[in-house]
Amino acid sequence: MSTSKTRERGAAIDIRDATKRYGKFTALDNVSLHIEPGEFMTLLGPSGSGKTTTLNVVAGFTDLTAGDLSVGGESIVGVPAHKRNIGVVFQHYALFPHMTVGKNVAYPLTLRGVEKGERERRVKAALDMVKMADFAHRYPSELSGGQQQRVALARAIVFDPPLLLMDEPLGALDKKLREWLQLEIKRIHRELGTTFVYVTHDQEEALVLSDRIAVFNQGRIEQIGTGRQLYDEPATLFVGKFIGESTTLRGKAETSGDETGLTIAGQKIVAKEKLAGGETPVILLRPEKLSLAAAKAPITNGQNSLAGQVSEAIYLGSGSKYQVVLRDGSIAVVRSSLEAKPFTIGDEVDLRWSVEDSKLLADDDRADMTLT
Amino acid sequence: MKPFRIILGLFCLLVAVWLIMPTLVVIPMSFNDKKSLAFPPSGFSWQWYANFFTNPEWSNSLLNSLKVASIVAVVATFIGTLAALGLSRMKHSGAGILRAILITPMVVPGVVLAIGIYAVYLNYQLVGTTFGFVLAHTMLAIPFVIIAVSASLEVFDVRLETAAASLGANRFTAFRTITLPLIAPGMLSGLLFAFVTSFDEIIVALFITSPYLKTLPVQIFTSITRDADPTVAAVGTIIFFATSLVIAAGLIIGSKSKRS
Repeated sequence: MSTSKTRERGAAIDIRDATKRYGKFTALDNVSLHIEPGEFMTLLGPSGSGKTTTLNVVAGFTDLTAGDLSVGGESIVGVPAHKRNIGVVFQHYALFPHMTVGKNVAYPLTLRGVEKGERERRVKAALDMVKMADFAHRYPSELSGGQQQRVALARAIVFDPPLLLMDEPLGALDKKLREWLQLEIKRIHRELGTTFVYVTHDQEEALVLSDRIAVFNQGRIEQIGTGRQLYDEPATLFVGKFIGESTTLRGKAETSGDETGLTIAGQKIVAKEKLAGGETPVILLRPEKLSLAAAKAPITNGQNSLAGQVSEAIYLGSGSKYQVVLRDGSIAVVRSSLEAKPFTIGDEVDLRWSVEDSKLLADDDRADMTLT
Repeated sequence: MKPFRIILGLFCLLVAVWLIMPTLVVIPMSFNDKKSLAFPPSGFSWQWYANFFTNPEWSNSLLNSLKVASIVAVVATFIGTLAALGLSRMKHSGAGILRAILITPMVVPGVVLAIGIYAVYLNYQLVGTTFGFVLAHTMLAIPFVIIAVSASLEVFDVRLETAAASLGANRFTAFRTITLPLIAPGMLSGLLFAFVTSFDEIIVALFITSPYLKTLPVQIFTSITRDADPTVAAVGTIIFFATSLVIAAGLIIGSKSKRS
C-alpha cells in the first residue's frame, strides 16, 4: 500500500455504466468501476472477459458505445488517445525499432517540447528507475524481452502521467523473470505514487501486485475487492474458482435455521450459512482448510467428513498436495502441512473440514467456462 | 550420386551461360575498332564511348531518359506508397481486388497498353511530350512501388502507431516519426525500381515518341535499325552496369528492411 503523501500524484478513475458493443457481441456490459488516486488496481479475468477492452477504453484506443469515463474528475469521453496523457505499457513492448533506448524514452518528451537538458535528465531518471541506464545507446533488437519491457515502462512513465495502464506486460516472459519484474513493478508503483491499472489473466500475479482486484467475466465485473476478500469471501462461484485453488461440492440441499445441509453420496455435510431462496447451492472449499484423516477415524465436533480415495499425492517441499476422489465422483484438492500424516495413492481417507469453512455459493454454469 | 551431381552442375552452368551470354556479348562489341557489330570484334578502341557522349543525338536522348525516369520515380513512389498504405489498412475483401487492379500494368502485354496509350495521346496531343512520357511510365512503375512498399508494410507493426498515440503523437506525427522511417527502405527500393522501369521502357516509348523527344531506348532502336553502329553496344554496356548497380542497391535495401 502506498502512503497518502505519494498518492497525490495519481489520478482517480471513474468508469460509469460503460458498455461496448461490436455488432451483436457485447464486450463490456454496464461496467462501473471506481479507482482511487495512487491505487494499484488489477483487472483480472479470462480472455474475452472485457478486461482489455476496459483498458483500451481508458487509454482512448476504443470508444464506448454508452457510459461515462473520467480521469481525475474530468470526463474524457471523446478525447483522442494522444491528448489523454496516460502512460500505456503493452504486452508486445511496442518499442520503436529504429530508435535507440534513449530516443525511445525521450520520444514523449520531444513531442511535449521539453528542452534538451531537461529531457536528458528525465530520460536518465526514468531509465535509472527501471535499472536500464547503461543501455541508452542500444537498439531494442539488442535487448532481451525483460529488458525491452523495462524500457517500455520507462517510456510510459517518463512524462509523469497521473495514470499508467499495463496490458499483460509480463505475458511473454518466463516465470522467473516475471516474478522478479512483478516486484520491480510494485517498487516503481510505490516510488511514483501514480495510479496503476494492470490487466492480467494470471490470478497469482494479481494477488502479488494489487491493492484491489476487479474480476471480469463475460463483459461484466463479478467482484471488486482486495485479494484476501476475493479469496476468503468470493461473491460468486466464478470468483471462487478463478482465484486460487478450490473444491466444489454439489448435492441435495435443505435449510434449517442458520444452517444449510447438503447430502452428497449418502453423507450429510453442513455449512453455517443460509441459502438464498430458489438457488441451487454449491459449497466451495479452499485446499488449506481441508485435511485428510484415515477412513472412519473419530470426528471432532463441528467438523464435516466425506469419504474418498487418494488419487494423486504430490510432495511440494513446504507440504503436500493431494487429489481425493469422493464417492460422488467429484475431485477434492487438499493441501497439508509437513507435520500431517502422509498418504499415498489408493489410500481410503476421510476428507475433513470445519463447518465454518464451508463457503456456500449459488451455482452458476458460467463459472465452468474454460479458464485461460 | 556423384555422376548425378556433375550432370546437375553442368546443366546449371549451361542455363547460367544461356541467361548471361547475350548481355556479355555486347561488352566486347562495344570496343570494336570498326564500324560494325561483328562478334568477336577485330580490334580495340574507345571511339564508340566517345561518340555516345559527344554526339548530341545520343546525349540528348540520355538526358531525356534521365529526366523522365527521375520524375517518374518520384511521382510513382508518392502515389504507390499512398496506395500501399491504403491497401494495408483496408480490412474487407475489396482490398485484394483493388490490389490486383493496381498491379495490372505489370501483367498486361506492353504492346496492348502501348496501342491504348497511343490512341488516347493522339486525341489529346500528348505524343512526343515529356508529360505524356511521365504519365505513361508512371502508370507502368506504380505496381513496382506498391509491391516494394507493401513488403515493408507487411513487417511493420501497426501497434507502434497506437503506442505513439499513447505517448502523445497525433496521427500525422506518428506517421512521420514512426511509420515513415520504418517503411523508408521499401519506398527507396520502390523508387529505384520505378526509375529503372521508366529508363528501360521501349514499347510504349516507340509509340509515343517524336523526333523532338526521344528516350535512350528509342534512340538505340532507331540507330540499330538504320545502321550497324557499335555506339549501341557502348550504350548497352553503360546501361547494363548502371542498372545492375541500381537494382543491386534496391535488392540490398529491400532485404535489409525485411530483416529489421
